[in-house]
Amino acid sequence: MRDQRLWTWHVLAGLVIFVLLGLHMAVMHLDTLLGWFNPEGLKPIAWESVLQRARMGFFTISYIVLLGAALFHGLYGLRNILFELGLGRGAKGLVSVVLALGGAGLFVFGAWAAWTAGALARSL
Amino acid sequence: MLDTKGHPNRLGVWGWLGGGRWGFERYLYTLHRLTGLGLLLYFLLHIVVTSARASGAAAWETSMGRVSGPPGTARGLFFTAGEFLVFAAFAFHAFNGIRLALVELGFVIGRPIEPVYPYRTSVDEQRPLAIVMMLAAGILLATGGYNFFVHYSH
Repeated sequence: MRDQRLWTWHVLAGLVIFVLLGLHMAVMHLDTLLGWFNPEGLKPIAWESVLQRARMGFFTISYIVLLGAALFHGLYGLRNILFELGLGRGAKGLVSVVLALGGAGLFVFGAWAAWTAGALARSL
Repeated sequence: MLDTKGHPNRLGVWGWLGGGRWGFERYLYTLHRLTGLGLLLYFLLHIVVTSARASGAAAWETSMGRVSGPPGTARGLFFTAGEFLVFAAFAFHAFNGIRLALVELGFVIGRPIEPVYPYRTSVDEQRPLAIVMMLAAGILLATGGYNFFVHYSH
């Protein structure tokens, strides 16, 4: 039952990622065609462009939601692949704990970076 | 993932790649896994690399300098090509993922029918969706390719 619930979350997280990562990719890699959220003439990774996006609360929130959804989707997918390799019960438990703790740590770190960058951009 | 009994994964990782007379969708499954693992690896590094924006302009420029190079140089081409591979993996994984979600939820697999010769399977119903999704991924890939290699090459 728990695995079915996690699998449902995995699929739902995939749909969230499709929307938010799709937007991120459009902003970062289709900029010459769309030019979304980028000051004219600047690359999306230019510091001025980063600041402009960081000032927008929508981007801070969407980055944090995307971070959580992608970490869960990716690490749960990796867990499934590892489980298919015929791991024993103890090894499965260890894999689950390591991935959960690693994912939680990366989420806290990434969310801190997104939030701090937003605060920094608004203070400049 | 559901634990199943009676069907051990005897081939292990090699079972992903085996050929034979598998259908188109089975190869999409293999590619979905490979692109998923590649995207996960990139994403974990991406979290660390882009966290530099929290430390200001100098840290950001230093961090971006480590993962890019001037246009027209071998280093620039290396990182641009690498980033394009990530974009390609995203394009495939995203559209194939939508196909998988639709099939998982019971769409486009057809209604149950009597097994009357010549037999039809749900694969016959799903195939057009797979083709449409791969075409969509291809269009996104070509559009991104223009952005990566034509616009930023000079």
